[in-house]
Amino acid sequence: MSATTIEQAPAVALPPVSTFLQRFCRNRTAMVSAIILTAIVLAAIFAPYLAPHDPAKSSLRAILRPPGAMYWLGSDDLGRDVASRLIFASRLSLVASVQAVAIALAIGLPLGLIAGYLGGWIDTIVSRFNDALMSFPALILAVVIVGLLGPSLSNAMTAIGLVYAPRIMRVVRGSTLSVREEVYIRAARATGCGDARIIVRHVLPNVMGPLVVQVTVLMGQALLAEAGLSFLGLGAQPPLASWGAMLGTAFPYMQQSPVPTIASGVVISVTVLCFNLIGDGIRDSVGRMRRAGD
Amino acid sequence: MEPLLSIHDLTVQFPSTHGLLTVVDKVSFSVGRNEVVCVVGESGSGKSVTVQAAVGLVQTKGGRVAGGSVRFDGQELVGMKNRQLNSIRGNDIGFIFQEPMSSLNPAYTVGEQIAEVVRRHRGVSRADAWKRAVEMLERVHIATAAARANDYPHQFSGGMRQRVMIAMAIACDPKLLIADEPSTALDVTIQARILQLLKELQSASGMSVLFITHDLGVVAEIADRVVVMYGAQVVEEAGVDALFATPRHPYTTGLLRAMPQVALERGEDPVAIPGTVAQAHAWPAGCRFNPRCEYREEGPCTTAQVPLVRDDHGLVRCARAEILRTRLTQAVAA
Repeated sequence: MSATTIEQAPAVALPPVSTFLQRFCRNRTAMVSAIILTAIVLAAIFAPYLAPHDPAKSSLRAILRPPGAMYWLGSDDLGRDVASRLIFASRLSLVASVQAVAIALAIGLPLGLIAGYLGGWIDTIVSRFNDALMSFPALILAVVIVGLLGPSLSNAMTAIGLVYAPRIMRVVRGSTLSVREEVYIRAARATGCGDARIIVRHVLPNVMGPLVVQVTVLMGQALLAEAGLSFLGLGAQPPLASWGAMLGTAFPYMQQSPVPTIASGVVISVTVLCFNLIGDGIRDSVGRMRRAGD
Repeated sequence: MEPLLSIHDLTVQFPSTHGLLTVVDKVSFSVGRNEVVCVVGESGSGKSVTVQAAVGLVQTKGGRVAGGSVRFDGQELVGMKNRQLNSIRGNDIGFIFQEPMSSLNPAYTVGEQIAEVVRRHRGVSRADAWKRAVEMLERVHIATAAARANDYPHQFSGGMRQRVMIAMAIACDPKLLIADEPSTALDVTIQARILQLLKELQSASGMSVLFITHDLGVVAEIADRVVVMYGAQVVEEAGVDALFATPRHPYTTGLLRAMPQVALERGEDPVAIPGTVAQAHAWPAGCRFNPRCEYREEGPCTTAQVPLVRDDHGLVRCARAEILRTRLTQAVAA
């Protein structure tokens, strides 16, 4: 009986990669999402080969064309091919999301580990600051930061990264709190590990499970935030386009030519949905280990 | 010659809602070279905290060494810098915990975990550390050790995990192995094998062993000398044969009479000690064992603290030790 209880203690390490993949592949929704997302990433990488037109080349004779053989998704108000621009915009949007999440990780992960592991007044200070930051609406805070730093995609994503750092921090701190009490942490100390080594070698791998899930979900949210900021003109600046910026420029002409608006919106929604569903899939594949015991 | 480990007047306090609690109260004992010393006592007697404090492991749990000294191999451990302690722990002092199911990190293979300890303390190459890890797994009798080194802890049973823990604890050839109830969480047949293994490793390497247990059957099996703790204090210390033949403290007698083996020899049922260990914030006045003691006498047992007194067999903390001597011996005689 006691053995069972110990097994169910929050062992949140990632299972061996092979087991994890097996479980993940059995999850159909997550697999489909992963395939779609892979396709989008590949499209971003091979954009120059896939795009039928130069995304920046405008043509005065082809303004607001409806979709057809020449312009798959029609053309925009400057006569640029929407399909090509969407394909190239995926680069900007994805890189922007990665940048935001990387910044959030760079700040949130170490703070979460340190606050959770050391506890005491350090934890109190970090956590209170965290609570304060989280009580602001993310997008508003990002707008303020962009207002201070000046509008550019990189600034916008730095802002989003700062805003999302507390979410990473909270998840990492929570998991660290439970991992810290594990016997193997005490055992590590008994074999002569210092605090820094225990945090990096013994705590970090065991908070990876929830962290990976949080990162995937945040990727989707960062993408959405980027779209929002770019829609407002605070993100990607012309002539470059991100999905949000395209939505922003297509939106005023929705009456004459609805397809560009809808296409941008669909691409954003589908990508965010994929990230979220993959996050769910990972969570289930990691979590099942706990329920199944050995 | 100076003993390998000598704990002197060690006092450990923990903060609580009742104020500072003294959970280890001026405990002194020593472990000689090539000697196996058992610390015995019920849960809550402070035996586990004593050894954890000795190697600086209670601080992270909020505990504080309030006084005393711990000398290990010529060095003072109390007040030693963590960096220095870290080079001793795992290297000169191996530690085995009670919970084999959770004392291995689920994120690494067992080979990696053993190799990490070796690499850190010995500074050997990755390949050599791995070789050593496999060798250690062989030494604790894990079949097909080279293959099993690549397995994760969850692929091992409880007894096997404890063997892995032992392999990790002795990987750097420690001078002292501290085993904190290493067999308690295991079933009886596995317990016996783990004890057998520890005995075998001890006699092969000549390391000293400090063994914490509440099982006197284990003590009889493995110990050279026994320290009995009750209520955060040492109440009796003696060689293992003397302790079993002529216990001088009523608590020790009580523990012995609760043993099925002893009771069986006497042809009676095991007798439990009535009551439970008092809480650290509410020690009774006088002898801490007096509310549960059948030989209690108002006055000598209930007023002043009883000192630890040296006699012909070792140390004993009983106000009526002289008077009770024969009665206690008879109480456990076959």
